[in-house]
Amino acid sequence: MSVWQGVLEWFADPAHWQGADGVPNRVFQHVSYSLIASLLAIAIALPIGLVLGHTGKGGQLAINVSNLGRAIPSFGIIILAFIVAGIGFLPVLVTLVALAIPPIITNTYVGMRAVDPEVREAAEGMGMTGWQLLRGVEMPIAQPLIMAGIRTSVVQVIATATLAAFISLGGLGRYIIDGFGQRNTPEVISGAILVAALALLTEYGLAAVQRATLSKGLARSSRVAEAAVGAKMGAPPPGMFQPPHLP
Amino acid sequence: MRRFRTLALPLVFLLLLGACASSEGDPLAEGTSEESAEATSEEESSSESEPESEEGGESESAPAEGEGGPITVGSTNFSEQLILASMYAQLLENAGVEVEERPNLGNREVVYPAIESGEIDLLPEYTGALATFVNGGEEPEDTSTEGLVSYLGENLPEGLEVLEPSDAQDQDASAVTQETADEFGLTTLSDLAEVCDQLVAGGPAEEETRRVGLPGLEEVYGCTFSEFRALDAGGPLTVEALNSGQIDVGRVFTTQGIIEENGWVVLEDDQGLVPSENIIPLVRSEVLTDDVESILNELSAALTEEDLIELNRRVDIDQEDPADVATSFLEEAGLLS
Repeated sequence: MSVWQGVLEWFADPAHWQGADGVPNRVFQHVSYSLIASLLAIAIALPIGLVLGHTGKGGQLAINVSNLGRAIPSFGIIILAFIVAGIGFLPVLVTLVALAIPPIITNTYVGMRAVDPEVREAAEGMGMTGWQLLRGVEMPIAQPLIMAGIRTSVVQVIATATLAAFISLGGLGRYIIDGFGQRNTPEVISGAILVAALALLTEYGLAAVQRATLSKGLARSSRVAEAAVGAKMGAPPPGMFQPPHLP
Repeated sequence: MRRFRTLALPLVFLLLLGACASSEGDPLAEGTSEESAEATSEEESSSESEPESEEGGESESAPAEGEGGPITVGSTNFSEQLILASMYAQLLENAGVEVEERPNLGNREVVYPAIESGEIDLLPEYTGALATFVNGGEEPEDTSTEGLVSYLGENLPEGLEVLEPSDAQDQDASAVTQETADEFGLTTLSDLAEVCDQLVAGGPAEEETRRVGLPGLEEVYGCTFSEFRALDAGGPLTVEALNSGQIDVGRVFTTQGIIEENGWVVLEDDQGLVPSENIIPLVRSEVLTDDVESILNELSAALTEEDLIELNRRVDIDQEDPADVATSFLEEAGLLS
């Protein structure tokens, strides 16, 4: 029997779709771990990135530190955290949050710094406070990069949440680890397919969220930018502040 | 650019899957051992011109092959294996045989193909587990030591053979904490069967499908646990889960130092579910000389289960180096000259 036939049969077996070890429950566990970890990581990393980007101070240091964090293997973190905290969700949470923080901080900081200084000056000139500048100008302009960071993190978290099974928790990693232990190759591959499918679905879902939450002005200008060529791009909408052209 | 990436991701994934599918050998599938053995012995005989590899069963007829290079001693990935492999290596070196050590290779699913293909030449094994593996996951009928050794003698692929088994055994067993044993009055697996439905078991994932695990407990003892948690094979997860009460019954191996260290009670296998698991050297015939054979048999004869428990304890709990522990045993037993 070929492996692929085995995989098809694995998915077709009704026993794999119900109960504690069924696909729905494993997907639910996997999504739960990933969601909690991602939300916590966003809650930690987004404010840090925004403050650093807004003030422009300490950014290089923060990026270097958070890139250092990227270099630590999740596999090592989960074993260390297990030794300290024992069996439970905590080691998984620590591992996934540590994995998710660096891309969010880095992308948020870079996105904020990429805001045109002239735009920032203009907003200040209009009398905007720092908070208004952040909320009304910098964040909307930086949104695509911030969201890209979050997407990267969440997809990585979903792929890595398989490690939870390594310390006896649930999630889709169970199929991979149990299948390996039981020499059940179709189960290993089915588990891997499910993880990959979940990660891709999330990637597409978040991309849709990103488009939907993009500031209307930016959305239009990026559409215009895509469609238009040459001189048209330079033409600002009527009524908008027009920067003086240098001779 | 982004559009391209979103399309490219699934494409790359499919390509990877395709690549996995097209490679012939399925490393995890059962029963591929014979095929790969043939394939590799062909390769070898063509590249090194060794017709002897076809005549694997008769070791003495091909002693000269051992002089071709060092004997590579492998082991799987737990302390006892590291200690035993180190003993093999030290004894052979002591007798002037050139030895290369490849310890900690992984589980049987990894090391068995390695010894079949000749990547390693010598491996400490266990009668029951090896016979079951060779038999494609099913236990042979006769699971006594003699029965298993003769089964292995007849059924190992060409080019591989086992030597004399040691009296020392390392069997799969179920352990409970002293409190659980007192609470339910447990000393044997038959006692356990009475209360299985109130208890949570834990062990490696393969326990769910192996006969010495849950299927055998259900069939022989009529024991069905309320839940099974996949942990590890008598490792830190099992220790933590059993001591913290997350599981009630843990899978251990009878020579493990952690049993006594944690004051656990090993339940007696009163119905004989678990096959004999005597320590036995598995070796490639082409490296087996009379010297090598007698050295390893002498060690197997000297080794007892009590020795193994003590040696494992020194490595797992006192954190001693497996090689040092092996040396001190060999010196005490007078096997090193």
